[in-house]
Amino acid sequence: MCPTRTPTRQETHGRQGRSITDHDANEINRVEELSYDLKINEVMTAHMHITSPEMPLSKVLEILRINRISGVPVMTDNQLVGILSLEDIVRAMEKNELSAPVSQYMTKKIITVAGHDSIVKAIQTFTDSKLGRLPVIDENNKLVGMITKGDITRGILTALQKDYKEEEVRRYRASHLFEDIISDRTTLVLRYNIKAHDFTRGGNASSHIKRALLRLGANPQIARRCGIAVYEAEMNLIIHTTNGGILKLEVESHRITMSTTDDGPGIADIAQVLQPGYSTATEQVREMGFGAGMGLVNIKRCVEKMEIESTIGKGTKLVMRIHVPTENFNGRKDG
Amino acid sequence: MDNLMNLQQIIDQLNLNVLTDPRDFALIQPDGGYSSDLLSCVMAGAKSNYLWITLQAHLNIVAVAALLDVAAIIITENAQPDFATISKANEQGIILLLTPKPTYEINGKLWEMDIRNQG
Repeated sequence: MCPTRTPTRQETHGRQGRSITDHDANEINRVEELSYDLKINEVMTAHMHITSPEMPLSKVLEILRINRISGVPVMTDNQLVGILSLEDIVRAMEKNELSAPVSQYMTKKIITVAGHDSIVKAIQTFTDSKLGRLPVIDENNKLVGMITKGDITRGILTALQKDYKEEEVRRYRASHLFEDIISDRTTLVLRYNIKAHDFTRGGNASSHIKRALLRLGANPQIARRCGIAVYEAEMNLIIHTTNGGILKLEVESHRITMSTTDDGPGIADIAQVLQPGYSTATEQVREMGFGAGMGLVNIKRCVEKMEIESTIGKGTKLVMRIHVPTENFNGRKDG
Repeated sequence: MDNLMNLQQIIDQLNLNVLTDPRDFALIQPDGGYSSDLLSCVMAGAKSNYLWITLQAHLNIVAVAALLDVAAIIITENAQPDFATISKANEQGIILLLTPKPTYEINGKLWEMDIRNQG
């Protein structure tokens, strides 16, 4: 655990906006993850300016000023003997002793961190020691760099940006699926097995389908219509079938086809089930708010084409189709 | 037309009990509302970023709300959802609010607060 971790933006301000996407959720944990994954020597500054114990403070001040840094390691014969920071120089200035040597004002108590440690270790050390910069040493106790809080922030941001680019590439690939894969007819098929009476998972397949469509680049309005239609179809399998059924989504560049098939009990009078308000749902199911007799009516409203075939004792097949404007999926209109 | 009320003000004025994880409700401005306990009617009637006012408190309301992207569900008459429902709502980013008042009264108060449907 990391007791010194500062709260994330989400923890301080709560979720901004209505819902949190999978991508957001990944990113939030990613900062924490990164503070364990990233090593100190990946984010530290390896090209250091150094000073010797004999150098006058006025000269060090010049080095700090020109390079816009706030502290330097003090070395003798390749050995780290102290750290000189701006605060030390300020102390010397108060006494008007800028000509004094570094050794007189440097901090001799050196707290180091190891390069192969995670940056979370550096964050802890910063907090415990109240220091602004730490020398980084290798396995042989040799000075290899300096690390500041700024280095850590920069390191995390760079890593996040890399993650983000990778995610963008993945998104781009998904949304260009139909452009990049050449065939006479490309179809992406998603299949879900829906169990009868499994109300606890009711709507799960529909949520997955809506998300998949958005990821493939469908416009939100079309994804929403598909989501509603397929939800009603999914719930019909859960509420009415004997053994559940299969929910299938077929995505092509110019249309989306959703279908359900089951093996019973079958519908006696299809015209009747298409009547708004007609339902055969049990009292128990109605109490949950299902069985309004509006399911198929809703589907019809959301899709361009709906077909039902059913045989008592054999089962029902429901097919729903939505045509997709060309700008969706960036696909070509098939001839 | 802009609704002046954000979700935080609605929660305060109606004294709603927040069941899901806290977040910055002031950033959410519902566009309207829809009241029904019949899920298919909600599917047809509730638009995205609407408040949904219902007596239903079981797991399936979360899936409906997620598919419709509603701003929040206000559950009336203290119909307490179970733990699974609340945790699924948190997982999907759905806000659940609870009130002892009946749906009719909540609808009336929301209307008075100018949460009226557009179009």
